[in-house]
Amino acid sequence: MSDTTKQAPSPADVASLARPRPAAEAKPVEPVGPVTPAREVTGAQALVLSLEAIGCDTVFGIPGGAILPAYDPMLDSKKVRHILVRHEQGAGHAAEGYASATGKVGVCMATSGPGATNLVTPLADAHMDSVPIVAITGQVASAAIGTDAFQEADIRGITMPITKHNYLVTDPAKIPQAIAEAFHVASTGRPGPVLVDISKDALQATTTFSWPPQIDLPGYRPVLRPHGKQIREASRLMAAAKRPVLYVGGGVVRARASEALRRLVELTGIPVVTTLMARGTVPDSEPLNLGMPGMHGTVAAVTGLQKSDLLITLGARFDDRVTGQLSTFAPHAKVIHADIDPAEISKNRIADVPIVGDVGEVIKDLIEQITLDRATADDDTDAWDYAEWRERVADWKRTFPLGWTDSEDGTLSPQYVIERIGALTGPEATYVAGVGQHQMWAAQFVKYERPNAWINSGGLGTMGFSVPAAMGAKVAEPERTVWAIDGDGCFQMTNQELATCVINNIPIKVAIINNSSLGMVRQWQTLFYNERYSNTDLQPTTQRVPDFVKLADAYGCLGLRAETPEEVDAVIKLALETNDRPVVIDFIVHRDAMVWPMVPAGVSNDMIQAARHEAPVWERED
Amino acid sequence: MSKHTLSVLVEDKPGVLTRVAALFSRRGFNINSLAVGPTELPDISRITVVVEVEGAALEQVTKQLNKLIEVLKVVELDPHASVQREILLVKVRADPATRSQVIDTIQLFKAKVVDVTTDAIVIEATGTSDKLRALLDVLEPFGIKELVQSGMVAVGRGSRSITDRSLRSA
Repeated sequence: MSDTTKQAPSPADVASLARPRPAAEAKPVEPVGPVTPAREVTGAQALVLSLEAIGCDTVFGIPGGAILPAYDPMLDSKKVRHILVRHEQGAGHAAEGYASATGKVGVCMATSGPGATNLVTPLADAHMDSVPIVAITGQVASAAIGTDAFQEADIRGITMPITKHNYLVTDPAKIPQAIAEAFHVASTGRPGPVLVDISKDALQATTTFSWPPQIDLPGYRPVLRPHGKQIREASRLMAAAKRPVLYVGGGVVRARASEALRRLVELTGIPVVTTLMARGTVPDSEPLNLGMPGMHGTVAAVTGLQKSDLLITLGARFDDRVTGQLSTFAPHAKVIHADIDPAEISKNRIADVPIVGDVGEVIKDLIEQITLDRATADDDTDAWDYAEWRERVADWKRTFPLGWTDSEDGTLSPQYVIERIGALTGPEATYVAGVGQHQMWAAQFVKYERPNAWINSGGLGTMGFSVPAAMGAKVAEPERTVWAIDGDGCFQMTNQELATCVINNIPIKVAIINNSSLGMVRQWQTLFYNERYSNTDLQPTTQRVPDFVKLADAYGCLGLRAETPEEVDAVIKLALETNDRPVVIDFIVHRDAMVWPMVPAGVSNDMIQAARHEAPVWERED
Repeated sequence: MSKHTLSVLVEDKPGVLTRVAALFSRRGFNINSLAVGPTELPDISRITVVVEVEGAALEQVTKQLNKLIEVLKVVELDPHASVQREILLVKVRADPATRSQVIDTIQLFKAKVVDVTTDAIVIEATGTSDKLRALLDVLEPFGIKELVQSGMVAVGRGSRSITDRSLRSA
C-alpha cells in the first residue's frame, strides 16, 4: 500500500479549521498553542518550534548522528530545556517520571539505531503503565532507509507493539502535524507512549512552519462520557450489594479523578482497595482504605476482594498480580468495570456492568445517580447499608496489619528503613521505586495521602526505573522532595544518571535498600527452590563492590551509609537537609527479609499467607 | 474454534498492514486468511481477515483492532448474509490424453483455463473455500504441479454499505 496521505497543511488549510465541519465527521481536535503565521524554516527548526508551541518545557535526551540537525536549533530555544542524560533508557524513564508526577506529556529524544533501541524499555514500560510520553528519534536519511545504513534500525517497526502509536516522518512539512498528533494521542484517552521517528534529510530540508497544524486522526475517538443506562445499572447493583468493594487502579490517577473518588467513598461508605498503581488515590489515613490488593497485598484487601459480592472496578485491569488464579478470584462477586479502554473490559474477568468512559466522568455520574437513588429508596429496606461488611473488613484490617519481624542479630530491617523515610519526609514528597522487594515495601510502608506521590514500574516491572524516573519527577516539580527508593540490584542498572542530576542541579535523594542480593528473586529461591541461591548474590565477598558511598562521592553527590537502626533517622534527616546536590544513602539491610503477606504465583488468593507459615484463620461462617 | 470473517477498514498508510497482522500474532490469535485491497474511497483500504477464535476472544480481537489509531471500522460479516470468495490458480498436469478430461471436470466448477502447454494447463477458479477444496480434490489425481490461492474477500448482501457516511466525509 502506498503512502497516499494528504499533503502537509498549508496556511490556507489551517485557516479552514475555523470553518464548521460536517456534523457526521468526528469532532475536530482543538488546536493547542499560539497561532503562528507561516514562515520558512528547516525541518529541525520546525520540530523545535512545534515542541515550543505545544508547551513542552523539558526534553531528556542524547544527540547522535541522525538527530544532530535537531540539536542545533535546540541550543537556541528559550522555552525548551534539554537535559543531557547518560543513557537513552534514562531519558525515557525520566520522561515517564516527569509525566507521572504531573500528568503532563514527558518528552525524550535519541538518535537512530542504538539510541532509539535504548528507548525500547522505557517505551514498553510507559505502554504497560499508561504513561503519556513522546519519544523523538532521528532516523537515517530517507534514501538510506532499508539499506542497513550506519546506525539504522527500524524503530517504528520495533516499537509498534509497545507504543500507543508511532510515526516515521520523511517529509519536513509533516513534522508539526506529527508532533501535534503525537502529543494528542499520548495524552488523551488511555494515555500512552508515542514515538516520532524523523529522517535526517527531513530535519535538514527547508519547509514552511505554521501553527497549529491540522490534526487528522479519523480512527481515534476515545469515548469519554459513560452511558447513562450503565450508570443506572451500576447504581442498582450497588444498592443491592451487601459486600461491595471499590477496586481502584492507576486509571484513577491518570484521569486525575482522586478527588471525585474520595467523594464517592465518603458518600457510599464502601471499602476501597488501591492497587500498586493507585496507591495514594485514596489516602492511607482513610479508614475505609484496605490498602493494596494482590500478590503482596494486605490481608484485608485481598480477603475483602475474595469475600466481596460486588467489585466496583475503576481504572483497574484485573492484572494477574492482583487476581492470582483468575478462576478463583472474587468468586462471589458481580463486576462493574469502568475503563476508558474498551479492550480492558471483560479481557480477564467478564464484567456484569461494563462502563466505557473517562473514570472521572464515570465517578461524577455515579455520585449523581447514587444520590438520586438513595433519596428515593425506601427507608425500611437495607439497601445501601454496608455497616456489617464495614465491620468485618475493619476487623481484618485490625487483626492482620502490615508488619515485619526484625532479624535476631539486630541488623537493619529494610521495612524499618522505608517506614522511617516515609515518616520523616511526609506525604507531600514523591516516592519513586525500582522493582523488587524494596518496591513492595515502599508500596506497603510509606503512607500515601495524595495521588502521584507514588511512582513505580508496575506493569513491566523494569529494574533500573527508580533513579532516572525520580530525576524526571524532580525536574517536573523541583519544589518537592523526591526520593528514589531503590534496590542495590536496580541501582546498578541506571545509576549513571546521578551525573545528570549533579550537573543539572536535580537534587534527588536515593535510598539504596542494600541487601547485597537480587532480593525478590532470592525470596522465591528461598520459598520455592529449596534455598538454592543461583546467581542472586551481588556481594559474594566482604568487600563492597562497588562501595556506594564512594560511588556517590565520585559523582559529586553526598554519600551516606547506615548499618544499624540507630543510624537511620540521622542519615535521613541529613539527606532531607541537603538540597544543594543529590544524596545517596547506602542502607545495609539484612538479606533474609521477605515481603509479606504473599500469595504464591498462580494459586488462589484464598491461599494468602500473612507471614511465612502463617495463613490467616477466618471466622467460622466462612 | 469457530471461524469469523472480519472486515477492517483502515487508513491507507505505510505500515498499517503490519500493525494489524502483528496484533494478531502478539495476542495469540490465529489468522486463517488475510486479504488487503483498495475500496471505493480514496485513502481507505479494506482488510478481510478470517480468524479462528471463540466468543470472548472475538470481542477482544475486535476491541484491540479498534484501538489501532489507523483502524477506522471493524465489522464482522455473517457468512449467511455475505458473499465470500477466494481465487485459485492451479497448474495441473494435462497431456493431450488427459486434457479434455481435466477441462470437462473443471467446467462443473465454472472454472476456466487461462494457460495451456503441451503437458500442463493453468486453471483459474473463484468461490468459497469449500468449493475450491472440492475442485482441488478432483484435480488431485491428474497431478497438481503448482498452486496459489488468495485470501478470502467478502461483502455483505443487500444495499447497505459498511463504508457509511461518516467515513465518506472524512
